Amino acid sequence: MNVHATPQLTGAEASLVDAFGHRLADLPGDAAVAMKRDAAIERIKAGLPTRRVEAWHYTDLRRLLAKVPAFDPAAAVGRLEPLIAGSTVLSLANGVAVDKAPRTEGIAARRLNESLIDGSFASALDLQGPDDAVGALNAAFVADGWLVEIADGVALPAPLELQNIQAGGQSHVRLPVSVGAGAKATIVERQTGSGDGLVSSVSSVVVGDGAEVTWLIVQEQPETATHLGQFHATIGKDARLTLFVMNAGGRLVRQELYIRTTGEGAEFTLRGVNLLGGDTHTDLTMVLDHAVPHTASTEVVRNVVTGKAHGVFQGRINVHQVAQKTDAKMACNTLLLSDDAEFSAKPELEIFADDVACGHGATVTEIEKSYLFYLMSRGIDEKTARGLLVKAFVAEVIEDLRDEAIVEALEARLDGWFAAHG
Amino acid sequence: MLEIRNLHARIAEDGTEIIRGLNLTVKKGEVAAIMGPNGSGKSTLSYILAGREDYEVTEGDILFDGTSILEMDPAERAAAGVFLAFQYPVEIPGVATMEFLKVAMNSQRKARGEPELKIPDFLKRVKDAAGSLGMDMAMLKRPLNVGFSGGEKKRAEILQMKLLEPRLCVLDETDSGLDIDALKVVADGVNSLRSPDRAMVVITHYQRLLDLIVPDTVHVLYRGQVIKSGDKSLALQLEEQGYAGVVGEAA
Repeated sequence: MNVHATPQLTGAEASLVDAFGHRLADLPGDAAVAMKRDAAIERIKAGLPTRRVEAWHYTDLRRLLAKVPAFDPAAAVGRLEPLIAGSTVLSLANGVAVDKAPRTEGIAARRLNESLIDGSFASALDLQGPDDAVGALNAAFVADGWLVEIADGVALPAPLELQNIQAGGQSHVRLPVSVGAGAKATIVERQTGSGDGLVSSVSSVVVGDGAEVTWLIVQEQPETATHLGQFHATIGKDARLTLFVMNAGGRLVRQELYIRTTGEGAEFTLRGVNLLGGDTHTDLTMVLDHAVPHTASTEVVRNVVTGKAHGVFQGRINVHQVAQKTDAKMACNTLLLSDDAEFSAKPELEIFADDVACGHGATVTEIEKSYLFYLMSRGIDEKTARGLLVKAFVAEVIEDLRDEAIVEALEARLDGWFAAHG
Repeated sequence: MLEIRNLHARIAEDGTEIIRGLNLTVKKGEVAAIMGPNGSGKSTLSYILAGREDYEVTEGDILFDGTSILEMDPAERAAAGVFLAFQYPVEIPGVATMEFLKVAMNSQRKARGEPELKIPDFLKRVKDAAGSLGMDMAMLKRPLNVGFSGGEKKRAEILQMKLLEPRLCVLDETDSGLDIDALKVVADGVNSLRSPDRAMVVITHYQRLLDLIVPDTVHVLYRGQVIKSGDKSLALQLEEQGYAGVVGEAA
């Protein structure tokens, strides 16, 4: 992945290569899977990406990932209530499936290790390209996950929650989901844990023609953990995908989003909230391909940065030559709350079609003074008033989701973060 | 209750002096109307009373119950009992109106050493106050002032005033942008708050509000000073002669 020769492995790289050798016998998969794993670890061996690699310019993984923890499959994992009451839950603890597949009508779920063992999942382990460090790390070590199919025309009465809980050590999981034509589903991806774990998680959704999917990624790792996430989506004809991403934890976080419209009339909405505090680094990177005509997207990312935290948003929209009448709007707004807080925003538009409406904007602001005065003039002390306004800044994005149960649940997570980061 | 002594104030940013030696005393239970032409310093006076940072007091003092409030921030002034009904209330996206009301009421109660309101008690108070102002509770589910019409914003201000029960109400051009029906509802709301323990400063451009909120005293503000004071008949005189007459007389 790193085009430059790296004469010597870093401690983290050496540990990963070493761990691969030790775990080889335990990793599930047939010969085809083993070959993919081998190719993946070769990429790691070639060196993790540095800032000289454009896609990793603001997140020098080689420098930031100083060391990796050993595998610790026995670490105790607590139970986690679903974000939204009544959800169907599929859990992974320390990288291994713990629930039996649920008997919810319209949902077919099976453990991913079966598809690794029989080799049917091998082709999904191909890397995104030469800089795909997250994909490589995951392909090398992935041992389990949930493979979910939601049948055509089914409207799930309650959300499906995919939980990935890590209690230290390492885990590498995949969560591939396909949503059938005309189906409706809300899927919650919870990424959480305790300790100083290293997690890689690759989720994906195929949104069938005319289907409507709301997918929520709620990442709340402890500020000692490393979280490397990837999310892939294709959106079919007249289908809608609303993706919400909340990063509210993790010491080192990279969440990549790869979205592609594949059918005319497809619509994509991204709403992102990054709540960054402490001495942490969080990178949200999106690559969106408008690959067919008449598709639309809006992306709004709001960031609150305090302490010594550093945040990154890279948003790249590729409008293919055939993708006439694309309508795409992207915005990234940041509130910096401390002198040492830092945010890097890099919006990019690559447009090869000539009849499109595309725009992007990025702002960095402080709290609006006239709002603060208004609230204080009603007797609300300055600290509380600031808190209300900071929360409002991100709550606005959450309210775009327009589903009361979801909005309420996410605002409760917000309150939790603000209570912890005063 | 309110005593403004030789007040001089300027815009902090560029130093422009707006208030130039203003004197005004408002007693407990009194409704004082402040009238004056555009640019005379009416709104500035209201902001300075509420403690807006954009203005700097360079001379004089503002006493509330005999104590200077100049060193107090807006929240402390509010907790002490000062309330400003804004001419143009700001829209604050993302802040739910009900949550705002609850936090505001409880903040003031806390500052005064009173216990927090229980939720049912809070809801009942809001319902009663909203009902008396002909406000729909559904409106209060929206973010603060967002998408409210001009009239709805003014009603929301009076709603807050009713709920917070201040001792000094400053109303900045509460009549602007209101049709006569809305004006009547708002004036009724204000009148219902008249009490021997509460003073009001009603800032307005026009006599018509004072037909509905009848003042005890009327003060004409011009170039940052009170140039003439009188009873309610002064407002009628202004209506007949315009500001030019009074200004000429004082000069």
